Amino acid sequence: MNPPPGKSLKRDITFVVNGKERKVEAYPMERLLDVLRHQLTLTGTKEGCGEGECGSCSVLMNGVLVNSCLVPVLQARDATIVTIEGLTKGQRLHALQEEFLVCGGAQCGICTPGMILAACHLLKKKANPTPDDVREALAGNLCRCTGYAQIVEAVLVASRRGSET
Amino acid sequence: MNSHPIIGAPVPRKEGRDKVTGRAQYIDDMVLPGMLHGATVRSHVPRGKIRKITFGPGIAWDEFVIVTAKDIPGKNYIALILNDQPCLAEESVNHAEEPILLLAHPNRHILAKAVAAVAIEYDPLPPIFTIEESETRREIIWGTDNVFKSYLVEKGEVQGIWERADYIVEEEYFTRAQEQLYIENNGVIAVFHQEQGITVWGSLQCPYYVHKALMALCGLPAEKVRVVQMETGGAFGGKEEYPSMIAGHAALLAIKSGRPVKIIYDRMEDMVATTKRHPSRTRHRTAVSKDGKILGGEIDFTIDGGAYCTLSPVVLSRGTIHAGGPYYWPNIRIRAKAVATNAPPHGAFRGFGAPQSLFAMERHMDRIAQLVGLSPDEIRRRNFLRPGQTTTTEQVVRDPIDLGKLLDRALELSDYHAKKQRFARENTGARVPAHAGGKKRGMGIAAFLHGAGFTGSGERMLSSVVGVEGCADGTLRVLVSSAEFGQGTKTILCQIAAQALGLRYEDVSMAQPDTMDVPNSGPTVASRTAMIVGKLVQSAALGIRQTLIASGRLSDSYSPEEFRAACRGHVAEHGPFRSLARYEEPSGVFWDDQKYRGEAYATFAWAVYVAELTVDLTTYSVSVDDFVALQEVGKVLHPVLAAGQIIGGVAQAIGFALYEKVIWQDGRMLNGQMTNYIMPTSADLPAIRVFFEELGNVHGAFGAKGIGELPMDGPGPAIVNAVEDALGIRFDSIPLLPEDIFKAVTAQQELEPAGVPG
Amino acid sequence: MRSDPADYELVAPDNLQAVVSLLAEDPGAWLPIAGGTDLMVLYAAGRLPGRKLVSIWNLPELRRIEVAAEEIQIGAGCTYSELREHDVISREFPLLARAAGWTGAIANQNRGTLGGNIVNASPAADSLPALLVYEAELILVSVRGERRVPCLNFHTAYKKTKLAADELIQAICLPRRFSGYYSYTRKVGARNAQAISKVCVAALARCRAGVIEDVRIAAGSVAPVPLRLLVTERIVRGKVIQPGLLRSARKAAAEEIAPIDDIRSTAKYRAAVAGNLVAEFLEELSLAGSPHE
Repeated sequence: MNPPPGKSLKRDITFVVNGKERKVEAYPMERLLDVLRHQLTLTGTKEGCGEGECGSCSVLMNGVLVNSCLVPVLQARDATIVTIEGLTKGQRLHALQEEFLVCGGAQCGICTPGMILAACHLLKKKANPTPDDVREALAGNLCRCTGYAQIVEAVLVASRRGSET
Repeated sequence: MNSHPIIGAPVPRKEGRDKVTGRAQYIDDMVLPGMLHGATVRSHVPRGKIRKITFGPGIAWDEFVIVTAKDIPGKNYIALILNDQPCLAEESVNHAEEPILLLAHPNRHILAKAVAAVAIEYDPLPPIFTIEESETRREIIWGTDNVFKSYLVEKGEVQGIWERADYIVEEEYFTRAQEQLYIENNGVIAVFHQEQGITVWGSLQCPYYVHKALMALCGLPAEKVRVVQMETGGAFGGKEEYPSMIAGHAALLAIKSGRPVKIIYDRMEDMVATTKRHPSRTRHRTAVSKDGKILGGEIDFTIDGGAYCTLSPVVLSRGTIHAGGPYYWPNIRIRAKAVATNAPPHGAFRGFGAPQSLFAMERHMDRIAQLVGLSPDEIRRRNFLRPGQTTTTEQVVRDPIDLGKLLDRALELSDYHAKKQRFARENTGARVPAHAGGKKRGMGIAAFLHGAGFTGSGERMLSSVVGVEGCADGTLRVLVSSAEFGQGTKTILCQIAAQALGLRYEDVSMAQPDTMDVPNSGPTVASRTAMIVGKLVQSAALGIRQTLIASGRLSDSYSPEEFRAACRGHVAEHGPFRSLARYEEPSGVFWDDQKYRGEAYATFAWAVYVAELTVDLTTYSVSVDDFVALQEVGKVLHPVLAAGQIIGGVAQAIGFALYEKVIWQDGRMLNGQMTNYIMPTSADLPAIRVFFEELGNVHGAFGAKGIGELPMDGPGPAIVNAVEDALGIRFDSIPLLPEDIFKAVTAQQELEPAGVPG
Repeated sequence: MRSDPADYELVAPDNLQAVVSLLAEDPGAWLPIAGGTDLMVLYAAGRLPGRKLVSIWNLPELRRIEVAAEEIQIGAGCTYSELREHDVISREFPLLARAAGWTGAIANQNRGTLGGNIVNASPAADSLPALLVYEAELILVSVRGERRVPCLNFHTAYKKTKLAADELIQAICLPRRFSGYYSYTRKVGARNAQAISKVCVAALARCRAGVIEDVRIAAGSVAPVPLRLLVTERIVRGKVIQPGLLRSARKAAAEEIAPIDDIRSTAKYRAAVAGNLVAEFLEELSLAGSPHE
């Protein structure tokens, strides 16, 4: 039996997304994923499962990888968010993006934004990860196309390129 | 001419940059002004008559667009093979989650509440859920006998083999349902205008399948139906025929409302309501001589098609033709049938029947080996098809393939013999820890083949057409309805065109598959894109050159710049111009649809896979430690893409073998969430080592054979063969979960009390 | 997404006092939400049990980790990642650090909290076996003040705890006296990451000359609540480790636990594997020999 509807009012929520301050008017329980995709039209972040299992919705929130489908937007107030769109500087691709292209890390591409951000998060913490480190760091990002091998390779090659990450 | 080879080079994926920057546009990224959200109200019972539909309280129903079967302008079916599947159920339902009515509303949250508020009452009928129940025919749920389709393949003389046999090997094998689990759920947007007709954008593999289905459903002529494929986040067959259903739903809502309608499934709806791999049962009865030669046999191959026919006849066909594996059968009878149950219809999934029948064949070879007293590799070696011999459908093997050598190479790459011996010593000799866990290791082989392209007369009936267009800027566009969904369609078709003409890879692009713009090059299925469509792209590309040479703008030998200039000039004068190529069946190819005999496929790819694994007897779980995937594929068009296809396919097949179990309750998938339907993560898979051989293929572009589905066939049986090697216990069903291993190990220990752990 | 955000209230006071006052105003009406890794899944599935939520994410009072001589106090709002990265926790409480490392995967570890894991009260909760063997105590806070309760028996029945309707867990206290113990933990799930546990065992023991001087064993996913195997501990305490003891321990564990068949696994499998893990622990203990520093 469903509890009766509560009364909710939209709130003004400001945060920094990809280096720019943004303000949205949203219900506090709207998912950060939906606010990014619909209100800010940053559609690079994807919904694959809505249950925090597949990682397609991964973004960096205050420097830390989170599943945006599990974040109520109110909790992102004043946070610094980075989505896949924030990784490309003008025409120049991030090393991870380049190596995903060279090594075959992206096939259908739907897991790719989350996967690249997860890799980004890893390389910030560990500049020279082992293959096992990479596999553990990406274990929350499901890929149905690649079997992961070429993704792991892309991350390792990008890590060896060093300082650009 | 461009001297640098493009075929075989790791050129950048055409749409890769958009994918890594998040700019690629998938269907849910698209929004149209005035768009409504659509949703489907589905059956809660697996079989029954619909008695009453009540639109419950607490919803402002006048805000909603409501569509029932009565609103269908054309025919209430999803056009496919037999046209038996309703778009919307009218009087009765035959499976749980069957679509009954459609709702649309501007607010998708309110829409979800409305779906929950529709109450439907049924007069239930007795449902059937298994092949065995279907076969008893106590309940007839489809046709007169629950059988969608059957085939009979007969070669030689099966009667006489049993008396001559030194061994008769009989066994039964099962594979269960598997969910495709593309990471992007099904989705479409439909728009309807009186003049233009219906336009649908969607995540799909086969724009022209949807086109055909919408014509029938909406009662519209071909030119008033337009289907556009968006970037598609994985498909694996799960978006081959199913999109016609979701597109039909969105179209009906768009027609009734006059507004654009978007339907996107959430993960649970996608898992429980859409197609899965056909469950199968294969019975083998084989006559074998004492030196391990197959004298002949009978194979009974049955698949569960779910409630409606959909693609079951074609899945059955492929499973039937592959049932004998890469072996020489002097005599064989294969009886195959697809039966109905009250499950949501099963459908296309990478491999399409072959993983099912090949699982059985490759498990059976190990069984034969045991009874005859030969090793798993030797039994295969003695029975492999050789060039000049005929397959089960009496197709002559024309490839100069030496399967024995392929096997040798796979065994060497995997260090099979040394490891097998070492494991045998360690498994028995090692001190079994008092907690009676410990680990046992094993090696397993699977040898198989996979036919590329449509079966038999299929390609002739498809009669695919491909176009190449010269553009104003001097570049070329490839015009095909073949979809890109990660396997590299765009890249390889552009490689082919560029190489064929000696242009730069950058000079060629592929048009978005839009039925208004591109001809019907057939569905993106059956591993036919590189081989069949690619060859047509090659022809069409050469046609462009012919036109330019004939116009006097181009000489026989030219540079890429000269070509582009000639093209620019031609377009400036005549406008964009196209060259079309249509499929022509190779001569001397013969297929008898009645007797199911002849050249089933233009070509086969061949493979031997080896699995090395550990069974942990503390947890009864299996980890694959090493996997060798060796295949002969004609020609590797793109080394990174080709390896990616094999690794990804092996990973998906490891899921099929060890992780992915659909749990059914009353004909409905109970574990329709990613937390409870388990696919492998990056932490679960071993190094998958991929090796190719290339024998060429006259029927494929630059010698290529299809490879997309091949990797699905081998890992299941290789893994279960390896588990048997490790434990000495036979398992004949997949998925094989730790709970299954536990049950069997415990049963075995009860028979050997001395081995019971502390 | 099967819930309508318009139907839900979420407030985020910036201090703990304000939160507990709100809980006291209308006990049971406000559902505390920390990292959301449990509640947001229910929300998306349309199964959240309430319409008013109070965010306790990032409350500074709940994010402190205080290291004193005798014990460490971990704020209930600390995330699994913070537990893994904390020097004292990874050195002295490795079972907890390991449990944090196999909960979900990285993104969920960055948001899931220790308090949330305890309060969500799943019998499969990853941190509970470790907390039970470390004899954790919980500091509960409300407008009425603080009270301290043992983690043992905090979970009273399936998905039920001793937490009052207006209470929050403020901190988890772990006594710093297990450094000399041999520690063992193993989680069995359907895959190596992102898996809900089918069986989990955590254990600590101190041995001298082959005799088990002290021992604690706990298991998850084998009963309606996370379970300390007190009977099994009694059976092995003070004994020499030999095959007969493993058999007795296995038998005692099998009788203490009450696993079920569910969507993830079977009762028989769980019982057998739990027994195997207990036996594996004792076996490893006997091979490890003298106390560890």
